[in-house]
Amino acid sequence: MDEFNVLFVDDEVDFLETLLKRMKKRQLNASGVNSGEAAVAYLQDHAVDIVVLDVRMPGMDGIETLKNIKKISPLTEVVMLTGHACLEIAREGMEAGAFDYLMKPINIDELLYKLQDAYQKKSIQQEKIQRLEEVMTARPSITSNTITVGSSS
Amino acid sequence: MTPLPLFEQTAYYKALMRKMVAAIMTVSFIPVFLVSSAIFYQFRLSYKEKIYAQFMDTVQKHSMNIDRFITSKFQEIQYLSRSIAMQDITQDISLRRQLVLMQKVYGPVLVDMGVIDDQGLQIAYAGPYALTGARYTDAGWFRKVMADASDISDVFLGLRGSPHFIVAVRNSQEGRPWTLRATIDFNAFNALVEGIRGGKTGIAFIVNRDVEFQTRPAVNIVPDKRLIQSLFQKKTLSKKPDNVHLVETVDVSGVKVIYAASFLKNGEWLLVYRQNAAEAFSKLNQMQVLSILIFILGGVGIVIMAYLISGRMVHRIAVSDHEKEILNQQVIETGRLASIGELAAGIAHEINNPVAIMVEEAGWIQDLLDEEDFRQSENLEEFRRAVAQIKTQGARCKDITHKLLSFARKTDPRQQNVQINDLVSELVALSDQRARRSMVVIHAELMENLPLLRLSVSELQQVILNLINNAIDAMERKGGELFIYTRQEERWVVIEVSDTGCGIPEDNLQRIFDPFFTTKPVGKGTGLGLAICYGIVRKMGGDIRVRSTLNVGTVFTVYLPIATPDRYEAS
Repeated sequence: MDEFNVLFVDDEVDFLETLLKRMKKRQLNASGVNSGEAAVAYLQDHAVDIVVLDVRMPGMDGIETLKNIKKISPLTEVVMLTGHACLEIAREGMEAGAFDYLMKPINIDELLYKLQDAYQKKSIQQEKIQRLEEVMTARPSITSNTITVGSSS
Repeated sequence: MTPLPLFEQTAYYKALMRKMVAAIMTVSFIPVFLVSSAIFYQFRLSYKEKIYAQFMDTVQKHSMNIDRFITSKFQEIQYLSRSIAMQDITQDISLRRQLVLMQKVYGPVLVDMGVIDDQGLQIAYAGPYALTGARYTDAGWFRKVMADASDISDVFLGLRGSPHFIVAVRNSQEGRPWTLRATIDFNAFNALVEGIRGGKTGIAFIVNRDVEFQTRPAVNIVPDKRLIQSLFQKKTLSKKPDNVHLVETVDVSGVKVIYAASFLKNGEWLLVYRQNAAEAFSKLNQMQVLSILIFILGGVGIVIMAYLISGRMVHRIAVSDHEKEILNQQVIETGRLASIGELAAGIAHEINNPVAIMVEEAGWIQDLLDEEDFRQSENLEEFRRAVAQIKTQGARCKDITHKLLSFARKTDPRQQNVQINDLVSELVALSDQRARRSMVVIHAELMENLPLLRLSVSELQQVILNLINNAIDAMERKGGELFIYTRQEERWVVIEVSDTGCGIPEDNLQRIFDPFFTTKPVGKGTGLGLAICYGIVRKMGGDIRVRSTLNVGTVFTVYLPIATPDRYEAS
C-alpha cells in the first residue's frame, strides 16, 4: 500500500478510535480528531493527503469543515462519511470539492479502496501541478516587452 | 368512479337548502303577489263600477219610460175631460164613442172609462164591465180626486176583481163637479216592467209606499220590506228623477243581492231592479277563479324552480365543501407524514451511529482474530462466524435505516420526473419486512421502459404505500400473495395492487373512498388513507378504481397520465 496520511474526523469517539486502530493495523498513517475545528487546526500544522470527514458534527459541520480544508490545503482529498443519508448534503459536499460520499456503517475494505482512489487522484493532481511548475520555471523569463534573440554584443 | 357521498343529507345542508328555497320563494312571491293583488283590486273595482253603472242606467231608462207612460195616460184623460162638455159624455153611447176613439189613437191601453158625479155615483160607463151606477164614494182614489182634482191610483182589484189602476181627473160644470175616470190595462202596464230582465235572477218590479207590488214580478220573490222602506226615505231620489239609488245587501234568504231603485209617480212608487250579486258579478268571479288558478300554477312553478335551483346550488356548495374538506385532510395527513418522516429520519440517524460503532468493533475483533494468539483458539471459527453475523446484521440495519431515511426525506409536493418502477421497487423493499411478518409474499411484475411521469414523488409514495399496507392488512390473519404490476395503457401508466385477502363487500365498495369510512377496528384505521389516495390521484389528473370479490381478493388500479410535452413545460 502506498504511504499516505489520512485524517479521520468524527465526533463519535468510539467509532473513531476503533477505526483508527483498524487502519493502523493495516499500516496506514491514520490520525483522528473529533471536531471540524480540530481538523482545521490539525491541517494548519500537518500535511494530510486524505481527510475522512463526518457530516453531522456539533460546532463546525462537515460541509463547513470541507470548505475550510479546501482553503488551507486544496490538494487534500476529502471523503464524506456519515450516518445521515441525505442526497442534498451529498450533492452539496460534492459541489464543495469532496472526492466521494460514503454511508455508515462502512465496510473497511470498501473504505480502503476509496482511500486508494482518492490518493491516486491526489497524486495525479500533484504530479500535474509539479509538471506545470517545471514548465513554468524552464521557460525564458520575460523581463520587458522586448525579447532579445541572440547576443547583443 | 365513486358515487357522491350522502353528506348532502346532513342537517347543515338541509337547513341551507330550506333557507335558499325560502329566500327564492320570498323574493319571487312577494312582488308577484303584490302586483297581481293590485291589478286584480283595480280590475275588480272598475268591473263593479261598470256593473253598477249598467244597473243604474237600466233603472233610470226604464223609470223614465214608465213615468212617461203614466203621465201620457194622465194627460190624455185630462185633455179629454177638458175638451169635452159633460153632457156629451154622460151618455154611455157617447162615452163609448170617445173610448173607441181613444183606443184607436192610443191602442187598447185604456180598458174602460166612466163619468162620476160629485156623490161618487158612476153616471156613465163605457167598457167591458157592467159598472153603470157603480158607487165610488168610499174609494180612496175618488176621495183623492175630490181633494186634489186628479189622481193616479195604486193597483187594486176593485169591483171587477182583477188588478188595474185608475187615472181620474175632476172637472166642474155649472158649479157641479164631475170626474172622468179611465182604467189602465194592467197587462200593458205590467209588460213595461216585466220586460226588464237581466240573466236568470235580474227582475224589475214596482212597489208603492206600503211595499205592495204594483206589477207582477217575473219570479216569485218576497220583497225586503225594510230595505224598500229605507229606499223610500231617500228624499233625494224624488227631487232628482234621474237619480238612481243602488244598494248591495244580503236579503232575507241570505243571498247577496243588488238593488237599484228609482221613484215613479212623484215619489209614490218605486221601480226596483234586483239581481243576485253572484250572477251580476259572475264574469268577475270567473276571472277571480282563473286568476287564482294562474297564481297557484305560477306558485307551483316558483316552488319547483326554487327547489331545483336551491338543490343544484346546495349540491355544488356541498361538493366544493367536500373537496375542501378532503384537501384539508390531505394537508393534515401530509403534515403528519412529514413529522413522522422527520422523526424517523432522526431515529434512523441516531441508530446508524451506534450500528456503525458495533460494526467497526466487530471488524476490529475480526482483525484481531487473525493474530497469532487467537489462531490457536479452538473456537476461532465460531468467533469468526459470530463476528461475521454481527457485520451482516449491521449491514441489514444500515439497509433498513437508509431506506427509512430515503423515504422520509421525500415528503414534499414538488413535481419531478419519476420512474414509477424505481419507486415501486423501493416501496416493495420497504414493505418486505412487514409483509413477511404477516406471511404475505410480494410479487412485483414491472413493465420495462415505462415513460417518466411528472409528479410529486412523496405523494405517489403515499398512494402506493397506502395500497400496499391495505393489501397486507387484508391478508394479515391468513397470509397471502400481493401482486404489484406496472404497465402502460395508451396515455396512462397503470399501477395495479392486488391481494388474495378477504375482499370488500359490495355495499362498502361504494363508499371506500369516502373520508372517515373504515372497516378496520377502532384505533387502527383513520378512514382517511383511501380518501387521500383518491384526492392525490385525482389531483395528478389520474384515476383510481377498485374491484373486489369476497374471500377472493381486491384489486386497486391507479391510472396516472403520461406527461405530455405541454404539461411538461407548464409544470
